[in-house]
Amino acid sequence: MDIGKIDQIIDKHDGEASSLIQILLDIQSENHWLPKEALTRVGEKLEVPMSRIQHITTFYKHFSLSPKGKHEVHVCVGTACHVRGAERILDTVQEVTGVGAGETDPDLNFSVETVSCLGCCALGPVIVVDGEIHGNVEQAETAAVLTELKQAETDEVMQQCACE
Amino acid sequence: MSRIKSPAELEAFRKEILAQRDPDKPCITLCSGSACNATGSGKVAAALELEIEKQGVTTEVVSRRTGCHGFCEQGPIVVIYPQGICYLKVQPEDIAEIISETIKKQKIVERLLYVDPNSGERATLEEDIPFYKNQKRLVLGSNRKIDPRSLEDYLAVEGYQALTKVLFEMTPEQVVGEVKDAKLRGRGGAGFPSGLKWDFARKAPGDQKYVVVNCDEGDPGAYMDRSVMEGNPFAVLEGLMIGAYAIGANEGYIYVRQEYPLAVANLTVAIEKAEEYGLLGKDILGSGFDFTIKVHRGAGAFICGEETSLLNSLEGKAGEPNARPPFPAIRGLWTKPTNINNVETWANIPMIINKGAAFFSAIGTESSKGTKIFSLVGKVNNTGLVEVPMGASLRDIIFKIGGGVPGDKKFKAVQTGGPSGGCLPEGLLDTKVDFDELSQAGAMMGSGGMIVMDEDTCLVDIARYFLAFLSDESCGKCTPCREGIRQMLKILTNMTKGLAKEGDIDLLFELAEATKGSSMCALGKTAPNPVLSTLKHFREEYEAHINEKRCPSLSCKALIDFYIDPEKCKGCGACFRKCPAEAIEGGKKRIHVIVQDKCTKCGGCHEACPAAFDAVNILSGVPVPEATPEEARAIG
Amino acid sequence: MSEISLQIDGKEVAVSEGTTILEAARSLGIEIPTVCDHAQLSPYGACRICTVEADANGRTNLVASCQYPVEKDMVVRTKTEQIDKIRKVLLEQMLSHAPDSEQLVALGQIYGADRDRFEKESSFCILCGLCVRYCAEVKKKDAISFFDRGAKREIAFLPEIAMQECWDCKECFPLCPTSALQAAYVLTEALMTPSVVPTPSCGGSCGCK
Repeated sequence: MDIGKIDQIIDKHDGEASSLIQILLDIQSENHWLPKEALTRVGEKLEVPMSRIQHITTFYKHFSLSPKGKHEVHVCVGTACHVRGAERILDTVQEVTGVGAGETDPDLNFSVETVSCLGCCALGPVIVVDGEIHGNVEQAETAAVLTELKQAETDEVMQQCACE
Repeated sequence: MSRIKSPAELEAFRKEILAQRDPDKPCITLCSGSACNATGSGKVAAALELEIEKQGVTTEVVSRRTGCHGFCEQGPIVVIYPQGICYLKVQPEDIAEIISETIKKQKIVERLLYVDPNSGERATLEEDIPFYKNQKRLVLGSNRKIDPRSLEDYLAVEGYQALTKVLFEMTPEQVVGEVKDAKLRGRGGAGFPSGLKWDFARKAPGDQKYVVVNCDEGDPGAYMDRSVMEGNPFAVLEGLMIGAYAIGANEGYIYVRQEYPLAVANLTVAIEKAEEYGLLGKDILGSGFDFTIKVHRGAGAFICGEETSLLNSLEGKAGEPNARPPFPAIRGLWTKPTNINNVETWANIPMIINKGAAFFSAIGTESSKGTKIFSLVGKVNNTGLVEVPMGASLRDIIFKIGGGVPGDKKFKAVQTGGPSGGCLPEGLLDTKVDFDELSQAGAMMGSGGMIVMDEDTCLVDIARYFLAFLSDESCGKCTPCREGIRQMLKILTNMTKGLAKEGDIDLLFELAEATKGSSMCALGKTAPNPVLSTLKHFREEYEAHINEKRCPSLSCKALIDFYIDPEKCKGCGACFRKCPAEAIEGGKKRIHVIVQDKCTKCGGCHEACPAAFDAVNILSGVPVPEATPEEARAIG
Repeated sequence: MSEISLQIDGKEVAVSEGTTILEAARSLGIEIPTVCDHAQLSPYGACRICTVEADANGRTNLVASCQYPVEKDMVVRTKTEQIDKIRKVLLEQMLSHAPDSEQLVALGQIYGADRDRFEKESSFCILCGLCVRYCAEVKKKDAISFFDRGAKREIAFLPEIAMQECWDCKECFPLCPTSALQAAYVLTEALMTPSVVPTPSCGGSCGCK
């Protein structure tokens, strides 16, 4: 990630150490993960020990210390979704993408995360694919949405890969 | 618009706004809360704008995108005022008809009305729908009338009247007194008297004090605060400012979980608007009172709902709790006296000031006053947000408002209070929503999640579910919480897998006592509640899992088998086609057979089998009968 | 500072405001077991072994004596049947991580804890935080930290800092109640963690090397 961009984010928060979490959230949303250089830079500029940054970035669930897949799939496993079969939806997501909860595939196509509650309980079970909420999903619908994305990715990689 | 510098200017501005609004002019409101957005409210809004233009009614009708109306399952929701005609599950293609029929000809579009699943009757008006009819929407009520990003809309519904009254007619002591007299108790969970809490912070020595809004609504299955913050952010801001004035704070923080992007967005706009009009900042309304607000997004940690953890998080640290005492009212944010209340608590404040403590305390029970918002979800017909007076019975909420359990399933339990709460059985449905009565019954008011469970829900699995949640969400700092939850979760997981041992129930009690007794914060102290309440009311389910390796709800995957009854199978092939694991042997006019080794127990065959045949059985605690031999599978 | 008088296990004592129950008890020669407490470090309240029963303001609560400040006319009991049961379970939970810790085994004998009650956990660490806190509060080096949360919480050295600071310090090693070796192990492992190898743009899926 570009150091200039990181500095910009830090400046937006007046370089205050108390804004550490807000700064990391902004970097996460800009870059989809937190590279080591970014953490080092933030630590230097805010004069916060790396131990605290490491603790925070592993403590809060929203942060990722490894690259995320191109498509982010969030499966809500809140109580309302749980009693309406979220577990089976999660199984389906894993079957189709081959990616388990909290994981990213080596091709960096999919990242799958469980979330404890998205606050769309009336629509459970709920999944969020690339920011778009799908409510009242069944296994078949989940599979259909993801299969389409997966196919598109496979096609694209085969066409674009420039290495020998 | 420039800054409003005095109460007189505010009133003049309010009059100007109201003068421009004809209460008889048709107003189409469209719910644009997170749930309705997920079901396509955005596209409906675009269609609405286009169609109003196209059908030439721009001067005859007003349209407004509002916050959450509450009946989320039926979204997107359109309500047409002044009558209150309510259309549900509205799609973009319905809009042309709504305008040409309802707006132009005052005709109702029947197919968009609510149909009672039990009686089959339609309801035209919002107030006639049983879901709304039995509620008392004092806090949520404004959500459907205002655009959450419009300060003008908020002023049109008496917004900032309470703040004016407080700043110019009341002393801080009087404000605290009013909140005390109202007997308002915190809506975040524990139900501590808010007035008392304010008083502690007010009396605490120190010049610098802070007020904080807790919108880290992490309880799975609860979204009251999200809807209030999204739908009526100005009310939260006004409540917060009143509290700040009472306590002597000039800075406020709003902690919102980042999983609620719309709440963050609407709140941010509201703050900008309030600053622009001088309703935030220096010398508000010429009163000499200064107040600024910062928004802090939570980065994903349930524990931050606990107030000392939240404060550590605000300071840019990991969200681990501190020992109390000292309480935040004495030593809070950056060691200064701090008052933290949850969103719903703050949103009640302007009403208490406007209508008076007597009005508020006349509603509810002896120990719990006012209304409470619940998110009524799970296995219930009408899911959504409901606001009821304290003292309403669980039965009325679930059956009168919620319309009961869907299908012909039987009600089994209702879970209130989130991971700190408990599950109550049918026999306790007459329990009233009241802080003390719910606690006595073994549940908890909590922040307001109310999850209905039917006969298919396994209560051992529910206990396991909550402990798994807590195992992940505990900060892990203290032994009894971290290790106690770990061990309880292991036992419960074993139970759902048929690996439980005799004596496991006693061990659960022992672990629960240690975790409850010696954990540092409320998360740990209440973590055993899901286990204890299910053990209290559904012990026979635990015993079936342990002694018979049987799941009475036919829900625990490891303890069930799917089996096609050869007597009932008609060879239709519905299950065969549905099976994703190719575990079914079929054939035309042949008895279908599930190959047990291949079966992943997804339940697809059970769902697919036509109800008239009902041939796919779920077995638990008994061996699967031998499969019909190949040569004997021909039907007829 | 004003004096506050209270009663611990039936003995009267007056101590200055802000004193913890643990300190007050020690001044009376009453011993309360501790694991995460350390004279040079601020109270942390992680192990909860020092839990006692306290009556104050008309209520009876179980509190961590290392953190709870004395209150006027408080009545404290450091040993009850309930407290003993809680300490036993807590010790059994810690022993599932560190069954050979001398300190834990000794305490376990007092409270009748069975070190094999719970299945052995993979980590030897009981997360008392003595090392992390000592490094931060006393040495001010922050070379070791907590990571993650809940059941996944763990401690680890930060290799970049540890490589510069730890080799001639190691003052945290003897603080570890489970085993100094364990701390060394964590350190070595952290130092040997290889950095992430970058992946090609296709992620390797097209079959290229």
